[in-house]
Amino acid sequence: MDYLLTEQQTMIRDLARKIAQEKIKPVAAHYDETEEFAWPIMKILGDSDLFGVYIPETYGGLGGGIMDMCLVTEELSRACGGIALGYAGTGLGTLPILLHGSEEQKKKYLPEIAKGKKLAAFCLTEAEAGSDAGSIRTTARKEGDKYVLNGTKQWITNAGEADIYTVIAITDKTKGIRGASAFIVEKGAKGMDFGKKEKKMGIRASATREVIFTDCEIPAANLISKEGMGFIVALKTLDTSRPGVAAQAVGIAQGALDCALDYSRTRVQFGAPISSFQAVQHMLADMGTQLEAARALTYATARMSDSGAKAMSKDSAMAKLFASDMAMKVTTDAVQILGGYGYMRDYPVEKYMRDAKITQIYEGTNQIQRNVIAANMIKETLKK
Amino acid sequence: MNIIVCIKQVPNTTDVRIDPVTNTLIRDGVESVINPFDAYAIEEAVRLKERLGGKVTAVTMGPPQAENALKEAIGLGCDEGILVSDRKFAGSDTWATSYTLACAIKKIGDYDVILCGKQASDGDTAQVGPGISAHLDIPQVTYVKKISEINEHTAKVERMTEEGYDIVETPLPCLFTVVKEINTPRMPSLKGMMRAKAAKPLKWTADDLEADPAALGLDGSPTRVVKIFTPEARKGGEMISGAPADVAKELAELLKGEVL
Repeated sequence: MDYLLTEQQTMIRDLARKIAQEKIKPVAAHYDETEEFAWPIMKILGDSDLFGVYIPETYGGLGGGIMDMCLVTEELSRACGGIALGYAGTGLGTLPILLHGSEEQKKKYLPEIAKGKKLAAFCLTEAEAGSDAGSIRTTARKEGDKYVLNGTKQWITNAGEADIYTVIAITDKTKGIRGASAFIVEKGAKGMDFGKKEKKMGIRASATREVIFTDCEIPAANLISKEGMGFIVALKTLDTSRPGVAAQAVGIAQGALDCALDYSRTRVQFGAPISSFQAVQHMLADMGTQLEAARALTYATARMSDSGAKAMSKDSAMAKLFASDMAMKVTTDAVQILGGYGYMRDYPVEKYMRDAKITQIYEGTNQIQRNVIAANMIKETLKK
Repeated sequence: MNIIVCIKQVPNTTDVRIDPVTNTLIRDGVESVINPFDAYAIEEAVRLKERLGGKVTAVTMGPPQAENALKEAIGLGCDEGILVSDRKFAGSDTWATSYTLACAIKKIGDYDVILCGKQASDGDTAQVGPGISAHLDIPQVTYVKKISEINEHTAKVERMTEEGYDIVETPLPCLFTVVKEINTPRMPSLKGMMRAKAAKPLKWTADDLEADPAALGLDGSPTRVVKIFTPEARKGGEMISGAPADVAKELAELLKGEVL
């Protein structure tokens, strides 16, 4: 399908595809097996300016938007959903600064992110605060021209690897979620530590760790927006980033479908390629159709975001929900088409299936997305 | 350090097809790319510039559309591109081509190093690089796999041989042809691609070169390609089957009869 990309977007997609196919695809199994962080790939992505596609030109980027970020994320995920997350996780960690940061904060942090010299991470989730993000317990206490952070963030993508962390912490316990604030913490801050690296089912090339703050002192100037705005910053960040998760899901599904399609044309059973059997053809047709529908919804949502839409919780939740459920189904069917081979780790499809699962869980489980969608639908009815 | 890289636009070798009737390359609908070996020369030139400062000029001789190869080279880090193009160059063999490129390089003037890929993937002659150095009367080192030391006056390089490498020291200016072992070319960058899009390579014709008109194009080419053909594919051998001892015996008899 032709999505009528701009000339610049076509260039971005083609370059991301070239890097993904030539540099990432050959090493995807290696990084999945070793669980190492793919720094050599991050360097290539940085040198190629891909980290800057959604950052304004004033700050050293290419001036595109979420659509551009989605195109890159999709192409990288088509080769490896885990390595792609080093890129997408940086986008998530950067959005609070991009959307709500001060001019000084943007000038200080965005150029290095745009060049890929520094990765970013977003720290919201805690052990007792997953879907119920309002239950976070990490605190930030103002002392003179400093804030002192205490608490532990859990399952933080890029933790330990990133240099820039955007952290949501409570500045006023009496106000509930209205007492949350957002901060920028640089790696190396005194009192900031990382937990052990988590062992995961999929996206194993992505680094996931705890971020632990013990009387961690940061300059007061690192407060994003104002005190009490933390939850708004977090929600706006997630509304904006969810098309990115959808794009990751679309990419993972596309990678699995590519494998299944290739395999079906070369695998001979009963004297004919299995692609000649209607049972397999119908599976491929459904996979291709569902994938394209998810891509169309993802792009539409990303473009809506770039157009400056104010309220888009429902739309971005729909994109994330639909694309990630699609990815789980399409990758499962890809394994099915490869049969016994698909179940073996010698073939890449089982990895796509493992990688797909996380997209139904993180940045809000799909159950939470459904809550958001339904709540907004009902609210819209009441307004009429 | 001023560096000149000579590049050639060639058909993408992954989809080369030969016309079975004329035995020539089918160029219709085939994507043109920078000769793969030249990509290593470009990368090495840009790395030298990044290390030592200076300027990289990419030069190509070819039809007007070869401008795209120069733009791509600019996107990869070259500072300037020069397209040497004229109908008078048509039919040039490697002698006339290297003469023409040498004239262009003389016109550029100030250079310390000339880099070329070891050969082009379409003609495969590996003669144009050495030819340029002969016309310019400067030293050449071919099959360079590493530039180990380089300063304003001399360079020490490793020249790949079949079984190892020679260490060659040479005064500058010098022409090097490079092999793929020398580096891993970088991926293009978006900002580079945008620079490439906006770039306007210079265009030089025969009149700009102060070249001897008789030494150009078909007239200046002492060699002629008489015939290009696809060699006949080897026919399948004779299969001998049976018990190993019998097969060995039969094979020995056959060898005795037909070969020895």
